[in-house]
Amino acid sequence: MASSSYYSTPPCAACKFLRRKCLTNCIFAPYFPPEEPIKFTNVHRIFGASNVSKLLNEIAPHQREDAVNSLAYEAEARLKDPVYGCVGVISVLQRQVLELQKELDAVKADLIRYNSVFVPCYCSSSNNGENPETGGDGRS
Amino acid sequence: MASSSNSPCAACKFLRRKCQPECVFAPYFPPDQPQKFANVHKVFGASNVTKLLNELQPHQREDAVNSLAYEADMRLRDPVYGCVGVISLLQHQLRQLQMDLSCAKSELSKYQNLGISSHGIIAAAAHHHHQGINLLGGGVTARDHHHFHHQLFPVNQQQMIRSAFDGGNGYDASSFLAAQLSGFQQSRAAAGAAAADGRRAPVEPS
Repeated sequence: MASSSYYSTPPCAACKFLRRKCLTNCIFAPYFPPEEPIKFTNVHRIFGASNVSKLLNEIAPHQREDAVNSLAYEAEARLKDPVYGCVGVISVLQRQVLELQKELDAVKADLIRYNSVFVPCYCSSSNNGENPETGGDGRS
Repeated sequence: MASSSNSPCAACKFLRRKCQPECVFAPYFPPDQPQKFANVHKVFGASNVTKLLNELQPHQREDAVNSLAYEADMRLRDPVYGCVGVISLLQHQLRQLQMDLSCAKSELSKYQNLGISSHGIIAAAAHHHHQGINLLGGGVTARDHHHFHHQLFPVNQQQMIRSAFDGGNGYDASSFLAAQLSGFQQSRAAAGAAAADGRRAPVEPS
């Protein structure tokens, strides 16, 4: 019958996908708006609607949006890379962190070497009579 | 009574069904690791995992199961962010390292400039350091790591992570992750593909 007059708002993407009535207390509705159908499709494909529903019910309401977004991200990563999903991304990032850390350590080692060269040179050149910091010679 | 002499795999034991010889789970969920399947089942569901495995080549399935097990474990430890929290943490570390490296290189370049303009002092000082330090010109090997700027997530994925994560995870994700990933054999393949993708997608912090 006239479903459009029954609903005050259109069904959320989840209920539309699941072909069910979107009730006012629908747990998915705040996080799966009808204009983002892919988001729920992906999440449903990887996690399943009932698993997501159980998960959301175990989380405080103010954290559910973050949870849904992270699930959506994981689902998308898994669909793009069915073998490794997010773990592939983590692996790449870890390697980048290690490489950058090595590079930083090398540059710091160079800096230490430069410091040890320049400081003695500065001191020996200032022994000629001037100490720029005190305005007089450093030695009597 | 099972037709094979082997005990049922962890999946069939959990699902209370007969473990057939062609069971898709059996090679990857041995009976001595019941928690592995329990976690995967709780987060993904047995039928989703079956579909996923059936879409993969047999030689890829072990890595897929291990990565699913890792994700499921992370999601159970952190129901809000799961392994996305780890990703966010690593990205933060990466940004910090890039800043530190940039500062350190800038500092180093000042010394190099001084070295070029004060040739005599440097040459004399070099006698004190006989460890092969190259103080002039090529004192620092060309370390062009601009590609790291491009190997972060594509912008749209970063925004998804930012919107989902406020950087507040407290657990030591990196050391846990190192332990988990020590059994994986995936880093080359995944790194190659993702790095190739990342190079094409420069990331601008928003």
